[in-house]
Amino acid sequence: MSNLFTYTLRIADSSLILGQRMSEWCSNGPTLEEDIAMSNISLDMFGQANGFYQYAAQLDGTKSADELAFRRNEREFFNHQLVEQENGNFGTTMVRNFLHDVFNFLFYTELSKSKDETLSALASKSLKEVKYHLRHSSNWLIRLGDGTGESNTKVQDALEELWMYTCELFEMDNLDTELLNNGIAVDNSALKLEWDIMVNKTLVKAKLTRPEDAYMATGGKKGLHTEYLGYILSEMQFLQRAYPDAKW
Amino acid sequence: MQSGNTKYIWELLNTVPDPEIPVISVVELGVIREVKFENDSLTISITPTYSGCPAVKTFMDDIKTCLTANHINNFELKIVYSPAWTTEWMTDATKEKLRKYGIAPPSNIVICPQCKSENTTLISEFGSTACKSLFKCDECLEPFEFFKCI
Repeated sequence: MSNLFTYTLRIADSSLILGQRMSEWCSNGPTLEEDIAMSNISLDMFGQANGFYQYAAQLDGTKSADELAFRRNEREFFNHQLVEQENGNFGTTMVRNFLHDVFNFLFYTELSKSKDETLSALASKSLKEVKYHLRHSSNWLIRLGDGTGESNTKVQDALEELWMYTCELFEMDNLDTELLNNGIAVDNSALKLEWDIMVNKTLVKAKLTRPEDAYMATGGKKGLHTEYLGYILSEMQFLQRAYPDAKW
Repeated sequence: MQSGNTKYIWELLNTVPDPEIPVISVVELGVIREVKFENDSLTISITPTYSGCPAVKTFMDDIKTCLTANHINNFELKIVYSPAWTTEWMTDATKEKLRKYGIAPPSNIVICPQCKSENTTLISEFGSTACKSLFKCDECLEPFEFFKCI
């Protein structure tokens, strides 16, 4: 496995798993508009994942994009643990997505300058959509945080629960550093400062309190996950596992 | 077929409608980036509108059907991501077609396609397709879709 392949796969995995989580809202949204919004965001995430999987498949040369998405086990997935967390209530979903959208916005902004032409093109494309996603989740965070006592409590609780998964977004391992030195990868650790500024700004507007950094989860890059990923995969991969190579 | 006649191919592609907004063609939508002949083989470069837009697969199939119906069999449809699709490629004539169809065309000011009032309010940033958001007109009170600027 080449470093570039693994790097591309990691990006694709986070998009796919968040897309799958968002698709769970389809027909369960709190209002018709939000149901449509979340299904649309889900589609964007699947589309982005597909672009990166296609590229990974091309780099690998033996597995197709579908095989990468549907025939790998939990320990072979490299997504951020944040994106596999449960949807919870609508507020929980908005908090999780907001924390990830801010990261995605900064990450794709930098990746669009990558020396790797395909990664740069996919990043520029994804960035356009992520800007929409970020506006959506930020607006909801403000509306819920600065809403009723109950809505404020719910999103504040979600923030406290999910905070431990935010540190992982900025981790760099040897593979990242090597590709960074070649001008291909993004320096995730350098995104933290801007992420903090953007998150704090919205939290203030939303009348929410930034949680203290305490225990921080890690492991997504190594294929270590929380209990939820297995359940996501068992549902998402069922058809291709039961009927390999089935076509729509 | 006369090899190298790209103008003819563009004309054919201009007859393939957007599956979700059938008043405009895939050419007018701006997704056809290049039509190129190399030796006897034709390559058409296509860029997706939104990464996950389900219409992309449909119009790729429609393009294949259109070409084969016109006895063009030796071709390749290539997906390109750069430069990323933008509504800035849409001509004024195309925008007018959208407006007549009831969709407010991409613009900095959202104008009601029915009564042309600028007094409009956003209902949702997301609509029935990835490329549209939902508005209402505060003048004639009609809801309408707006083709998002991207």
